[in-house]
Amino acid sequence: MDLTRLTIEEAAALLAKKEISSVELTGAAVERIRATDTEIHSFLTVTEDVALAQAQAADARRARGETGPLLGVPVGIKDVILTKGIRTTAGSKILEHFVAPYDATVTRKLLDAGAVCVGKTNCDEFAMGSSTENSGFVVTRNPWDRSRVPGGSSGGSAAAIAAAQCQGTLGTDTGGSVRQPAACCGIVGMKPTYGRVSRYGVVAYASSLDQVGPMARTVTGCAHLLAAIAGHDPHDSTSVPRPVPDYVSLLAGSIKGLRVGIPREYFVEGMQADVDQAVRSAVRVLERLGAQVSEVSLPHTEYAVPTYYLIATAEASSNLARYDGIRYGLRLGEQEALLKMYQRTRAGGFGTEVKRRIMLGTYALSAGYYDAYYLKAQKVRTLIRRDFEQVFSTQDVIVTPTAPTTAFRIGEKTSDPLQMYLSDIFTISINLAGLPGLSLPCGFDRNGLPIGLQVVGRPFEEEKVFQAAYAYEQATEWHEKTVDE
Amino acid sequence: MSSYETIIGLEVHAELLTQSKVFCACSTQFGAPPNQNTCPVCLAMPGALPVLNRRVVEFGIRAGLAANCQIASHSRWARKNYFYPDLPKGYQISQYELPLCLNGFIDIEDNGESKRVRLTRIHMEEDTGKNIHDAHGDASLVDFNRCGVPLLEIVSEPEIRSPQEASAYLRKLRAILQYLEICDGNMEEGSFRCDANVSIRPRGSTPLGTKVEIKNMNSFRAVERAIEYEIKRQTEVLGGGGRLVQETRLWDPDRELTRSMRSKESADDYRYFPEPDLLPLLVSDAWIEEVRRHLPELPDARRQRVVREYGLPEYDALVLTLRKDVADYYEAAVRQYRNPKALSNWVMGDLLRIIRERKLDNALVIHDWPVPPERLAAMVELIDSGEISGKIAKAVFDEMVNTGKTAVQIVAEQGLTQISDEGPILNAIDSVIAAHADKVAQYRSGKDKLFGFFVGQVMKATQGKANPQKVNDLLREKLDR
Repeated sequence: MDLTRLTIEEAAALLAKKEISSVELTGAAVERIRATDTEIHSFLTVTEDVALAQAQAADARRARGETGPLLGVPVGIKDVILTKGIRTTAGSKILEHFVAPYDATVTRKLLDAGAVCVGKTNCDEFAMGSSTENSGFVVTRNPWDRSRVPGGSSGGSAAAIAAAQCQGTLGTDTGGSVRQPAACCGIVGMKPTYGRVSRYGVVAYASSLDQVGPMARTVTGCAHLLAAIAGHDPHDSTSVPRPVPDYVSLLAGSIKGLRVGIPREYFVEGMQADVDQAVRSAVRVLERLGAQVSEVSLPHTEYAVPTYYLIATAEASSNLARYDGIRYGLRLGEQEALLKMYQRTRAGGFGTEVKRRIMLGTYALSAGYYDAYYLKAQKVRTLIRRDFEQVFSTQDVIVTPTAPTTAFRIGEKTSDPLQMYLSDIFTISINLAGLPGLSLPCGFDRNGLPIGLQVVGRPFEEEKVFQAAYAYEQATEWHEKTVDE
Repeated sequence: MSSYETIIGLEVHAELLTQSKVFCACSTQFGAPPNQNTCPVCLAMPGALPVLNRRVVEFGIRAGLAANCQIASHSRWARKNYFYPDLPKGYQISQYELPLCLNGFIDIEDNGESKRVRLTRIHMEEDTGKNIHDAHGDASLVDFNRCGVPLLEIVSEPEIRSPQEASAYLRKLRAILQYLEICDGNMEEGSFRCDANVSIRPRGSTPLGTKVEIKNMNSFRAVERAIEYEIKRQTEVLGGGGRLVQETRLWDPDRELTRSMRSKESADDYRYFPEPDLLPLLVSDAWIEEVRRHLPELPDARRQRVVREYGLPEYDALVLTLRKDVADYYEAAVRQYRNPKALSNWVMGDLLRIIRERKLDNALVIHDWPVPPERLAAMVELIDSGEISGKIAKAVFDEMVNTGKTAVQIVAEQGLTQISDEGPILNAIDSVIAAHADKVAQYRSGKDKLFGFFVGQVMKATQGKANPQKVNDLLREKLDR
């Protein structure tokens, strides 16, 4: 049995029956990483020793009678999420040698649930990007076609699942950074409702949009991971004090009568034909399963991308000000005057895309431009949110393509940031509205690259999103196809 | 009278006396070793997030109500962005377009006249850390202990017209904050800091003149002197046909002048925007009413009551109530022995002088009174009963301060009891008359002024213990016979 091919739920079942140990499972994962990661580059840091110690501890807990769906299961954590005592770089040179002094709440919760951390996954620097080409260290390759990107910014987390390097991963999603790489890598990725999961200890990109999300091979795996990390955190004022439903037990069941809205604005000119067809046939599968499908309209969709880039960059320009070389991280030009030190440190530590966004955001907030840019964007954001409220007054979920194309070639869009920004055209609105959204595989294009289907729900109705996705997953076989060796 | 009119607006930063910081649980204790009171949140570690301290809002509401403000049911946090080593996040969390308190006023007294100064706003924010520059100039160190200590910023309308009014306003404001027990008002330690915006304009004209901001004043006296200097400087510049530039100037207390720090031409752009890590601040009417119910008696009310209850002059009442602890002390003494005016004189005079000399008045509450109120009261009682003279009492008071003994003890130990019996006084008078026969003759031949000489001699002979009234009466009787 190839342990690395197990899903979270399969691994959990074998661990529960004591047919395998966490040490075996973790050992297999680490070995797989060692064998494949020199080409894939999913990981920035592999924490082999920590992982084996945690695996032993998990086995000991189980021997004492403890149980749990993640107890002893190997996971990877996106490198923008803090892990105490383990290097956390956010994919940036400016934090190259930064060892986190505390655990993010999501890290803490995963470890408390008994998950085993095998390493920190690669990402676009400070989670800014849609291809993981903006990492300050290395470009992650798509396991389905190593000449292509894995998507981004959680490309490392997505590739690690697709390459069977561990059972689950955490990503972060500010404008689509969990869902779009999930689509590119043929796995399942979920962005929960804003406020559902704590952001404490997650390196901030755009505070009002960021959310941590689980990635796994199946909907069930994501449900297990989300159940572990969701809930109110007193350290994050924007996390919401609402009970967390038992996502896994709510998965099964008929979706007969589920009202599914298909927004006409999401089937645009220039979309890859294979993607369009795959999504349309996925909708027919849902219909066959009893869903009531109707076309709906989200009229402000065309403004989502510019709105996002104003709000996200404005917040980013402020959030990234703390990387100044004073307290931690890179410091350059120490012998110079203060201003020079700031300039050298930030010029040397940040990559091109990060600088571009800081400049955009600084401009959008500066005196005389605030009203025209940032404030206007906030108003449009409200309109976009109202679009969704309107649709959700008659629909239970919305289904769209996750991305307009399948994984593109490495380097293909790096010279044209605007082209790159359009990769998130279908995911960004969901962040602006703070809604839960999930991407799961719904087919392959003519090059054999995975295509993603996005399911979006009402705020805090992750369980409905999971149900729709699970029903579709059970009715199809896309998720069973794995990367050929 | 100058042909210019002065316009002053004051911005006060008051450090709040909460146990923990505004956005984390770190201690606010002053004087801890550098960087001891810090955590990931106040050091701005990656991923750290602020969580609002409810008590800070309560203190803000308290101040707002005491200063007659409207308390906003809906206010908001904002980020003020700028780079400086003592500002770890690269932004300060503050309030901007929707502050907690709006449109208040404070009544002040200046030269016996009452005046109302309106407040524009009171908002909450976090303090920054502190840079320490190595004396040799080869290193700069940062202490983040103060980072995240809660502040109130209290902004007045530009309605203050003189340095004296500015000082009266600050004293009153500090008194209010101290009565509320939310700020210790220590200007030297920087827990009560003031920036002044000063401009002048030709008397009778309406548009405001070019405004200069003065910083770095760490005493009431410094505020007065700095504004005085600035008025004079601005008057000279304009009088000489020059033009003023909008700038920030620092008060140099050693040279007693203001000097330019930076020009506002290159105005800082703080790029304020709503803080996305904190929810909008909603304050319910019930909460406001709850805070209102627990407001203590404030300086104005207490001043009026002190006049009413003890029949003190307005001036005394003002001095005694401008600090809560002083008023508490005074009333404790009066409760012990009811001679309000005599006690007022002792408190305002000798006692406050010693408090000032020992710099005890820098603290929010004077814990270390040199003489407890009941002992001062007991001493005044000794004066009133004729046990000691007012003159002896001065010495007794000093001795109480120095030794911590009671007045009764001191009087007994040093035999300072006043002599009121006629016998010993007459004996003294007789010997003085005998010793100065010539002066007696001069007096009796009409040199009335010599009477004082005889009084002095008798007092000297009795080591000051003789009852002066008795000495007067008996001496006159003897000499005029």
